[in-house]
Amino acid sequence: MRFQGSSTYVATDDLMLAVNAAVTLERPLLVKGEPGTGKTKLAEEVASALGMPLLEWHVKSTTKAQQGLYEYDAVSRLRDSQLGDQRVKDISNYIVKGTLWQAFSYDKPVVLLIDEVDKADIEFPNDLLRELDRMEFFVYETRELVKAKHRPIVFITSNNEKELPDAFLRRCFFHYIRFPDKETMEKIVEVHYPGIKQTLLREALRTFFEVREVPGLKKKPSTSELLDWLKLLLAEDIPPDALRSQDNKKIIPPLHGALLKNEQDVHLFEKLVFMTRQSRN
Amino acid sequence: MLAGFFLKLKEAKIPVSIKEYLTLMEGMKQGVISPSIEDFYYLSRMTLVKDEANYDKFDKAFGAFFHGVETLVGAQIDLPLEWLLKQAELHLSPEEKAAIEGMGGWEKLMETLKQRLEEQKERHQGGNKMIGTAGTSPFGAFGYNPEGVRIGQKKSRNRSAVKVWDQREYRNLDDKIELGTRNLKIALRRLRRFAREGAPDELDLDGTINRTAKNAGYLDIAMRPERRNTVKVLMFLDIGGSMDDHIKLCEELFSASKTEFKHLEYFYFHNCLYDYVWKDNKRRREERTRTWDILHKYSHDYKIIFVGDASMSPYEILEPGGSVEYHNDEAGKVWMQRMLDVYHKAIWLNPEPEEVWSYRQSTQIIKEVMGNRMFPTTIGGIERAMRALNK
Repeated sequence: MRFQGSSTYVATDDLMLAVNAAVTLERPLLVKGEPGTGKTKLAEEVASALGMPLLEWHVKSTTKAQQGLYEYDAVSRLRDSQLGDQRVKDISNYIVKGTLWQAFSYDKPVVLLIDEVDKADIEFPNDLLRELDRMEFFVYETRELVKAKHRPIVFITSNNEKELPDAFLRRCFFHYIRFPDKETMEKIVEVHYPGIKQTLLREALRTFFEVREVPGLKKKPSTSELLDWLKLLLAEDIPPDALRSQDNKKIIPPLHGALLKNEQDVHLFEKLVFMTRQSRN
Repeated sequence: MLAGFFLKLKEAKIPVSIKEYLTLMEGMKQGVISPSIEDFYYLSRMTLVKDEANYDKFDKAFGAFFHGVETLVGAQIDLPLEWLLKQAELHLSPEEKAAIEGMGGWEKLMETLKQRLEEQKERHQGGNKMIGTAGTSPFGAFGYNPEGVRIGQKKSRNRSAVKVWDQREYRNLDDKIELGTRNLKIALRRLRRFAREGAPDELDLDGTINRTAKNAGYLDIAMRPERRNTVKVLMFLDIGGSMDDHIKLCEELFSASKTEFKHLEYFYFHNCLYDYVWKDNKRRREERTRTWDILHKYSHDYKIIFVGDASMSPYEILEPGGSVEYHNDEAGKVWMQRMLDVYHKAIWLNPEPEEVWSYRQSTQIIKEVMGNRMFPTTIGGIERAMRALNK
């Protein structure tokens, strides 16, 4: 059972090693990296490559650790008690299972994705220490201990918005997805758009990396933006030389809206391109 | 041997724990990696280092500890000759090709190159300086840099691993260095965290329902802190002269953080704070704001951030009339003190490296006036600064 990338996902050697070590040693793998470098996608790809179901838990700023375990639906119970429903006598009727519980109770190993763990409250990771370490938790309402039948393969992604506590980090493996270099990028594009015209690809990649080099951009375009942009280029059937155009009137690459996502960046980019062109003339 | 490695990492100030070390051992025992140093590098990095800011430190420590080891693991240098030939032919001019012929042709050249590599291995293991710097050797002249020769990395992976940590690609993620664009973003997030705190005065509906239910239907109100963004910030940016390079960076930093703050006001000054500040640097002579007005207008719960390199003549701070802009009746220090008396939460960000501060008298004076609350604009520095502001 080894992960080797897939037909739709290019994994570098170190990433494969990280995934396989995490699978073998049954530790959660914390994945960081620039937005759009395929952190979330990784879990999906590993799940499909290893033939396991994928459970996703998307963390928001309001998410509590408890919600991943279970929630006690007090309101329904209150309502039922007023209606004289018999179910009200058994508290377990009002325990709603969270994603973690579902993952623990599967009959075969699953892949569990805890997406964007840094979005939640600072205490969030601390509240999951025991759950991730021992893969068990206690349900106070029913006095029952829930233990994982099989330790799930846990992927945790982070965008670095908050620092994660040391105790939490110590229990995880860590991998930082670097922004792919030109070669890897070509492979990634090939996987997504097989048979894309070589010249177009070369020109597009050149432009793309040039745009990334522009200092002071608020949001550098990432892999997912490149893929979107290529899709547009293909759909519009833009000829490769349009990208190479040194014409002063067309200083901006076509359909750049897919690459640069805010006005200031576009503005800055225009200004810089214009300046270099000027100095060249 | 590996315990030594562990201690080396500790020495390099990487936060490693014994538990993580044991995990690494477990991984080795379970055989999750092939016995190659490259795989070991990745495995040890993923188990021991949990922050990309520490990757560079790790690379250095790893390189230092395993220096020379890579040559033990059966490293012979593979020269994909055909590839080299093709590559060279592409780039060489006819004259250069003739020169090669003059030296006895390709075979000879390759042989010399191999010999050179051997020699060098004996002298200092694993290094490749000799070829790299031998600009007058045929290898230099014809563009045989060692990287090029070892492009056939896939064949000798042991060597390619050396490159991974020797390249130190994570250098710009180290939090001791100055802010880059990426680092800038992360620093901004530090600000956001600090902007998110507020007073506890919001009705917690879920909690109320929950507690009411537990209380057998009697209303029991729960309160919780609200996520509020009430942080108010006044910024004073030093502009002109030595600060111009830095100020753009700082402006970027804080204009981007504008959405995070409900109240963010900024003003410019030159070198030190005096009677006037201004908002538009081009019209600094016409449109000035009196510092007194600022003290009266903004309430004392504003937090103050000065940005400046604090490099000037000490007179500019200590003496009346010291300003380079105009004649000031009161010394800069007096104005600084006035500001600090009104606003208790104040810090000074200094884009100059912390090491050089002690060599500048003016920096020392400002630091003293600020009660030591001067921080460098590195990520670590900004973090400390935000902590000081939050205290």
